[in-house]
Amino acid sequence: MKIVVCIKQVPDTVHVRINERTGAMEREGVPAVVNPYDLYALEEALRLREAHGGSVAALTMGPPQAEAVLREAIALGADEGYHLSGREFAGGDTLATSYALARAVERIGEVRLVLCGKQAIDGDTAQVGPELAEHLGLPFLGFVRRVREAHPGRIVVERMTEEGADAVESPLPAVLSVVKEINTPRLPSLKGKMRAKSFKATTWNAAAIGADETRLGFAGSPTKVVKVFHPEARRGGEIIAGEPAEAVARLAERLRSQGFC
Amino acid sequence: MDYFLTEQQLMIRETARQVARERIVPVRAELDEKEEFPWEVVKACAAADLFAIWVPEAYGGLGGGILDLCVCVEELSRACAGVAVSYAASALGTIPIVLFGSEEQKAKYLPDVAAGRKLGAFALTEAGAGSDASGVQTTARRDGDHYVLNGTKQWITNGGDAETYTVVAITDRSRGPRGASAFIVEKGTPGFTFGKKEIKMGIRSSSTRELVFTDCRVPKENLLGREGQGFIIAMKTLDKSRPGIGAQALGIAQGAFDEAVAYSRQRVQFGHPISSFQAVQHMLANMAIKIEASRSLIYSVARFIDSGVKDYSKESAMAKVFPSDTAMEVTTDAVQILGGYGYMRDYPVEKMMRDAKITQIYEGTNQVIRNVIGLALVKEFAKHVQA
Repeated sequence: MKIVVCIKQVPDTVHVRINERTGAMEREGVPAVVNPYDLYALEEALRLREAHGGSVAALTMGPPQAEAVLREAIALGADEGYHLSGREFAGGDTLATSYALARAVERIGEVRLVLCGKQAIDGDTAQVGPELAEHLGLPFLGFVRRVREAHPGRIVVERMTEEGADAVESPLPAVLSVVKEINTPRLPSLKGKMRAKSFKATTWNAAAIGADETRLGFAGSPTKVVKVFHPEARRGGEIIAGEPAEAVARLAERLRSQGFC
Repeated sequence: MDYFLTEQQLMIRETARQVARERIVPVRAELDEKEEFPWEVVKACAAADLFAIWVPEAYGGLGGGILDLCVCVEELSRACAGVAVSYAASALGTIPIVLFGSEEQKAKYLPDVAAGRKLGAFALTEAGAGSDASGVQTTARRDGDHYVLNGTKQWITNGGDAETYTVVAITDRSRGPRGASAFIVEKGTPGFTFGKKEIKMGIRSSSTRELVFTDCRVPKENLLGREGQGFIIAMKTLDKSRPGIGAQALGIAQGAFDEAVAYSRQRVQFGHPISSFQAVQHMLANMAIKIEASRSLIYSVARFIDSGVKDYSKESAMAKVFPSDTAMEVTTDAVQILGGYGYMRDYPVEKMMRDAKITQIYEGTNQVIRNVIGLALVKEFAKHVQA
């Protein structure tokens, strides 16, 4: 089974600061890491490979330095790494990004399963996974906490919900996004790190994946960021003490006086 | 300090450090308390290829030298010496195969060791044969295509948990020290059972157990080297592995020092952090000096061994004695700096102090190791005078 895992380089949120004046995230000098949720997706892909054979390819989009996350994926055991890089991709929102990733998955070819982390810790949108499935015309299984069965033509997973979990069966190929409950990611191995040292990613630009440039990058992004701001701190509540009957009466009076009822 | 480690050695340090931080530190207190063999950690070490370090590349290893091994043992010991000794004992038990094994023996045993699928153990010590290894009573009698082993080995690290044992037994008592031979014995061989499991002061997560041989038939193909080479194999193995005990001691000392410095900066007495008091600073300074001296000695000796020299008994012995004495001093001082908290199990330094003690005792007590150094010095001097 050929599996593609989408991974993203994100600033290590432990070190991120927000510029008080502009409200923008300060990325300068902040160490970059693999989006933590993507490591769970990679781990699950490696386990599926170990159990059923096949190969695991890591796919990322980003500036030249983003190749580091592919190197890390190789150190963890991925077989190949694909890097979408070029000016045309810059400034893309989730729609433009998922479109580019979809073209890349098609270019890789014969992919049975695409795994994503449930969201990235910088944007926190959780949109790329489902949009990617839509672009590819494949079923999407979100918030997967367990893969129960994997067969050449179908997969059975548990999706985490607020109440518990749904067991869902889907034909393959399909796109999955996983939650951190699914596994404990392995640590990089010495032999993996040695392989990563000499690893060269396959780098593709828009032309290489046959993408329509108007649908990429800033130009292809309908999302407009109007303003980035710190949410206002919640003011502390007020406790109305006393016997229940008396306290309720006072609360009702307060609500009335402020025009709530 | 920069020790100009190779790229591979730096990679080993980083990898072992990550395993230690993420997989060992969170569980070390519980493993110690329950005296539980650290299988999960062993699996993590195996997945990170740490068991491949000392195995030649032809058998699935990384072909690393003694320095590579020391760097790894140091990092694991910094987190937990109990875990580290289970790891290092696998090296001790299988280095005889690396050094003296036939092609067939290497091909049969080493790939599983390198992958961490099977642990090794080294069995020399007996009830009456500790520092005086010539007191070995276990016998191996040739019978057709087999050797028949009888006797009991004592205090064997990884005993019961290892799959591959190097066992020293007497094949011809009349030949004295040249009458011992070394054998590879697999767990599960009929007549090979495990006896008493020891309850220890420190390194409690590691298993220390008796090996009992009762008419245990071992195929003659499992003889290491030649008949009569047993003690030579044991001594050459110990010469190679002693800096590893030094590295274990160094890791324990470094771990305790790290705790002591961190605590001294945060503990406030008389309105100041205790790190601002000269009495504490001098203790920390002395600890740091001895730790750095230990590291310099271990790394230098390990490089000396890896350079391919023939005789390094004296240097290897030094790289065990000094760091282990240092570990005992540094951990004792770390407990002192943490004061009452240091004596409690809520902080890790009392465990480190308990763990440190064994490094002065096993793989040759520091007294018998000083004999090795003394004897070498006398021999060298005599040679000098002759020349």
